[in-house]
Amino acid sequence: MPGIIGRKVGMTSVYSAEGKATPCTVIEAGPCVVTQVKTADKDGYEAVQIGFGDKKEKNTPNAMKGHFKKAKTEPLHKLIEVDGFADDVKLGDMINVDIFAEGEYVDVTGTSKGKGFQGVVKRHGFGGVGQRTHGQHNRERAPGSIGAASYPARVFKGMRMAGQTGNEKVTVQNLVVLKVLAEKNLLLVKGSIPGPKGSYVIVKK
Amino acid sequence: MDFVKELSKELVEVKDWPEFSAGDNITVTYKIKEGDKERLQSFQGVVIQRKGSGVTETFTIRKISNNVGVERIFPIASPFIEEIKINKHGSVRRARIFYFRERRGKSARIKEKKRFAN
Repeated sequence: MPGIIGRKVGMTSVYSAEGKATPCTVIEAGPCVVTQVKTADKDGYEAVQIGFGDKKEKNTPNAMKGHFKKAKTEPLHKLIEVDGFADDVKLGDMINVDIFAEGEYVDVTGTSKGKGFQGVVKRHGFGGVGQRTHGQHNRERAPGSIGAASYPARVFKGMRMAGQTGNEKVTVQNLVVLKVLAEKNLLLVKGSIPGPKGSYVIVKK
Repeated sequence: MDFVKELSKELVEVKDWPEFSAGDNITVTYKIKEGDKERLQSFQGVVIQRKGSGVTETFTIRKISNNVGVERIFPIASPFIEEIKINKHGSVRRARIFYFRERRGKSARIKEKKRFAN
């Protein structure tokens, strides 16, 4: 599916035609540069590599410098591969936000806000064990039993326990595009998207 | 954040309402859609709070109707609001007068703010 790289700007609300307030997220989407065109003959599959975001020349490895030189562009920070573009996309082409139209549904992928190492109550929504008072002293946010005893004599794989929460790849599907502001490279989608402000997001049709 | 605020100002139009704050007695006239028809209705009461900023700001009005407290929250940029009329500027000490909910009758009076000519 055709897609574009963007940056989450923030949230606000707009009014629909019926006058209903609709929460929306502003995404600074593109313009992205085509840095490589992959073909079935050469690479075994069809795809387009696009890049977005400025990167300092001194922080770019020489190999990547050459890669960007081929596309006649400055070094870019974020590179992704997308498919579904028309065949006439060439190296160095610009992909703008106008590939989206109002009313269309898009999927937005981002990295969720990191919460660190969290217990089961926050991470999986467990209720904790026991009461807060009546002599209870240390089980309020505990997970409780994690399995039986001598049979199976082990803890099953996938048992929900404490651990790193957030800072993972999250995709939100089927968000409505409320507005496309092509001259400002902005995209307004309904609802929230993962990640903090300023983080990279991938918007796909 | 400022960028989003400026952008939303362009996208959403907030009409120029008179200045009001918590403690003021105001009348809001708003449109109600019933099927295809539109009619106006007004809601008079005391402003309890103003919340948020920019185009997402809302305000809460409270009135006593048939001995039952009724509160309504309006977004300040709502296209349904026709008119906001200020009946009385109230003199209160805080920005959000939630204590007003516990008041009834005589104690639920708010002194009028004295306004001096500049």
